Amino acid sequence: MAGIPHDHYEPKSGGEKWLHSRLPIVGLMYDTLMIPTPKNLNWMWIWGIVLTFVLVLQIVTGIVLVMHYTPHVDLAFSSVEHIMRNVNGGYMLRYMHQNGASLFFVAVYAHILRGLYYGSYKSPREITWIIGMLIYLMMMGTAFMGYVLPWGQMSFWGATVITGLFGAIPFIGEALQTWLLGGPAVDNATLNRFFSLHYLLPFVILGLVVVHIWAFHTTGNNNPTGVEVRRTSKEEAEKDTLPFWPYFVIKDLFALAVILAVFFAVVGFMPNYLGHPDNYIEANPLATPAHIVPEWYFLPFYAILRAFDDTVWAVQFASFITGGIIDAKFFGVLAMFGSIAVMALVPWLDTSSVRSARYRPMLKWWFWLFVVNFFVLMWVGAMPAEGIYPIIALIGSAYWFSYFLIILPLLGVIEKPVAQPATIEEDFTSHYPKSSDATPAE
Amino acid sequence: MFRTLTLSAVAAFGLATAGLAAGAYDTHIEDFDFSFEGPFGTYDQNQLQRGLQVYTEVCAACHGLKFVPIRSLAEEGGPSLPADQVRAYAENFEVFDPELDDFRPARPSDHFPASGLENAPDLSLMAKARAGFHGPYGLGINQFFKGIGGPEYIASLLTGYTGEEKEEAGVILYENKAFPGGWISMAPPLYGEDVEFADGHENDLHHISEDVSAFLMWTAEPKMMARKQAGFAGVLLLTLLSVLLYLTNKRLWAPVKGKDIG
Repeated sequence: MAGIPHDHYEPKSGGEKWLHSRLPIVGLMYDTLMIPTPKNLNWMWIWGIVLTFVLVLQIVTGIVLVMHYTPHVDLAFSSVEHIMRNVNGGYMLRYMHQNGASLFFVAVYAHILRGLYYGSYKSPREITWIIGMLIYLMMMGTAFMGYVLPWGQMSFWGATVITGLFGAIPFIGEALQTWLLGGPAVDNATLNRFFSLHYLLPFVILGLVVVHIWAFHTTGNNNPTGVEVRRTSKEEAEKDTLPFWPYFVIKDLFALAVILAVFFAVVGFMPNYLGHPDNYIEANPLATPAHIVPEWYFLPFYAILRAFDDTVWAVQFASFITGGIIDAKFFGVLAMFGSIAVMALVPWLDTSSVRSARYRPMLKWWFWLFVVNFFVLMWVGAMPAEGIYPIIALIGSAYWFSYFLIILPLLGVIEKPVAQPATIEEDFTSHYPKSSDATPAE
Repeated sequence: MFRTLTLSAVAAFGLATAGLAAGAYDTHIEDFDFSFEGPFGTYDQNQLQRGLQVYTEVCAACHGLKFVPIRSLAEEGGPSLPADQVRAYAENFEVFDPELDDFRPARPSDHFPASGLENAPDLSLMAKARAGFHGPYGLGINQFFKGIGGPEYIASLLTGYTGEEKEEAGVILYENKAFPGGWISMAPPLYGEDVEFADGHENDLHHISEDVSAFLMWTAEPKMMARKQAGFAGVLLLTLLSVLLYLTNKRLWAPVKGKDIG
């Protein structure tokens, strides 16, 4: 692979040479595993491995669950109970898959926030960032459709509310919604297509993950300083990096083991803590639950969706300008998708030449406020849309957009960054002073 | 950075349930002390058998358990009735057999019947389909420490009748402190001493409500004990693996970081 100079695989034996000239697969694996990695990566650089593991976990448990699940409105709910009661280890498979979705989103939010803090999205890593955002979007689609499959009350009504968002699109909305649902309302056709897509999309995600890794293996990893690895010679590059195997593989596996221990505690001792009791009631199109609430990982965006009702001046203005085509509902939908779109565009919205927030004294504060705001939105998304909550949601949504559209473009101009280390080696030795004359064991 | 984000991730888990139980009704749920609470809690086999008796003699008149196979009464971790008792018990119920095109006595391989009364909800999953505890402020803290509170909700409902009645649109409603909205159409099903236990166990209202709630927790989550054991084994092995990987990692990085190999 291009980029940081390092030793490449050399086939030695006759057999290796024979294979290598026909299919350089061993070389590909060697280069991937031995890729030079900045040696100052901290513990926020472990989430990629966690995400890859969870993707595989979800695919494996999912494939086995499919062997026992029946996608039909009359049978789906009882087939899940069949898995829970009669299938050997079915209760563990199902709870692992269900809570695996939560672990997936914990990890992806940590991964995304890591990228935002250390400027991992900046040139030359824009493609990695964009692919990551596509993966995130697909994850959300997959998780949403997966939640429909047990055919509980929240499955049904969640599906009704979310597909209703497409109905808010002017002119084509209703036709589009009917087309998506396969009928006028959420029914058997909807369940079947969601099942089909819930099985398909993880493999699309898997493909995108390969491209995501390919992209950042081309540019090299970012690191906490945001300073690039020196590439003028192999000797210099080796002062800044260590091979991925074994240094980062072992480190990442340690982190993964700790996280999985927590995961097993949740699955074993409180598997329904993150779920909604209403989803243990079979779907009933005639009985609407008192509160329709999405899963926790959608709550910040659900809050943004609901924040824009017709009392907000921006909504009234948009409605006036467009002659009523953009109503409050459609505005909310645009805001929700827009909130992810502005995040995807961050490589071009952030004007600062400094990558890492470590050396950006003003961004640091705005970033942590962004994190707090994320949790506030998550909380308010779960509360009923009455009293003070819509106002909090509106302020939170405004901050979300301001962060990307005002603060990041502006800070690059007005902020005075502090001095960055010249090299990764300098950063590393300042943490571990004695290492100056030590050579890595290879 | 790392620590803060980790804390945030933990907070996310907490917040998650925040909304899950956002329906903050002004109801009174008593925190019953069940044997199956906590990571190491187990079902009390005797209590499950008493609860089964309460269900059979009282609740079953209207409410079904359609997701529960009768044979599971013999399973370990449940009431664990002997096989011959399960066979005899099954014959209490009549099920429709499409092959005979007629009703016949149930066999252990059949499920419990569905609800006999149209408006009576099925109880198979009731203990997981209701939340007893919420908040505070939608933060999910109570659920974390007390559990979601399904069985507590059932027991509180059974003991929560005030004795007040009212008629609304031709239906008699009964005031209940645990029921959302305060008025429920189910007449008080238990008064105390509704069932006689063979072993002479206490049968006042509080005790039989607790027993049948425990039984319904088992019908909702029959594999709870196996699940907790699997979880415990998982946590134990992964903790051990973490320690070994930590030590490996420390030793691996020591020369790079200029530290002595310990």
